[in-house]
Amino acid sequence: MDSTTLIAITSIITAGLTIAIGSVGPALGEGRAVATALSSLAQQPDAATTITRTLFVGLAMIESIAIYCFVVSMILLFANPFWNHIIAPVAGK
Amino acid sequence: MRLSPDQIVLWHYGFIKLNGTIALTWALMLVLAVGSKLITRKLATDLHRTRWQNLLEIAVTGIEKQISEVGLRHPRTYIGFLGTLFLFVALASLCTVIPGYDPPTGSLSTTAALALCVLAAVPFYGISEQGLGGYLKSYTEPTLLMLPFNIISELSRTLALAVRLFGNMMSGTMILAILVTITPLIFPIAMSALGLLTGMVQAYIFSILAAVYIAAATRKSQAAPAAATTHAK
Repeated sequence: MDSTTLIAITSIITAGLTIAIGSVGPALGEGRAVATALSSLAQQPDAATTITRTLFVGLAMIESIAIYCFVVSMILLFANPFWNHIIAPVAGK
Repeated sequence: MRLSPDQIVLWHYGFIKLNGTIALTWALMLVLAVGSKLITRKLATDLHRTRWQNLLEIAVTGIEKQISEVGLRHPRTYIGFLGTLFLFVALASLCTVIPGYDPPTGSLSTTAALALCVLAAVPFYGISEQGLGGYLKSYTEPTLLMLPFNIISELSRTLALAVRLFGNMMSGTMILAILVTITPLIFPIAMSALGLLTGMVQAYIFSILAAVYIAAATRKSQAAPAAATTHAK
């Protein structure tokens, strides 16, 4: 197995695994955040705007972790420096 | 597979490139600036005002209320910066309804530039509120041991701002591009509606986080009890 094939295989598998494993944590965290927000909304409905705003800000911060994993996955698939380096002499011909 | 408007190059000279991101950013700036100038040419204070003036007033008072709820006193000093951040990112993602348009915030250059603006604005407002000594002293709170961690957190949250906005915008356009090749018409419409929603939420998040960082930098330590009472209201 030459290095081109090896780089391709590793990139593809890692890209899939990155986004698969990386979305588990944020999804669980967001579920817990929304559940707690709902129960505190039920306890104090007149603080609804503050709770909702804080919920959205918290969700965005938790979501960023999943976004980081997505960006790494995209880099591996579309802007892979190792792949570009190994494919450059072939594409240059 | 086009990841961002960076790859449309309109004109280049050497290594200086005029790409789609720059052109679209300037187009958005033109729309915002010229539109506001046209609407505010004759401001009416009675009940008969044009609907465009109404729209601008809703936007301005809404943003002002959000800024004051974050805990910044005198929201008018900050509304120029924070309002512009919100309106620029919101307009950039609203215009995705125009076919053939890719939001310039889907390019890491734009979001990095916006995050660097926030990075520069936080010390600027902090020093203008608390003076140079007071602002630098805030880095050593609660103890001097926290100084490197405070500096690192300052840099990492700038990076997080840039990557969060970039990732959300780019993923929206990319999902749309992939879906169009698989199932045209039904799914892409649903996904572009979702893209609009996340675009608005991300615009709000970006400006609210900038407001929170500025509030943390301008808050004097002994104002903590006052901030607690305003939050309890």
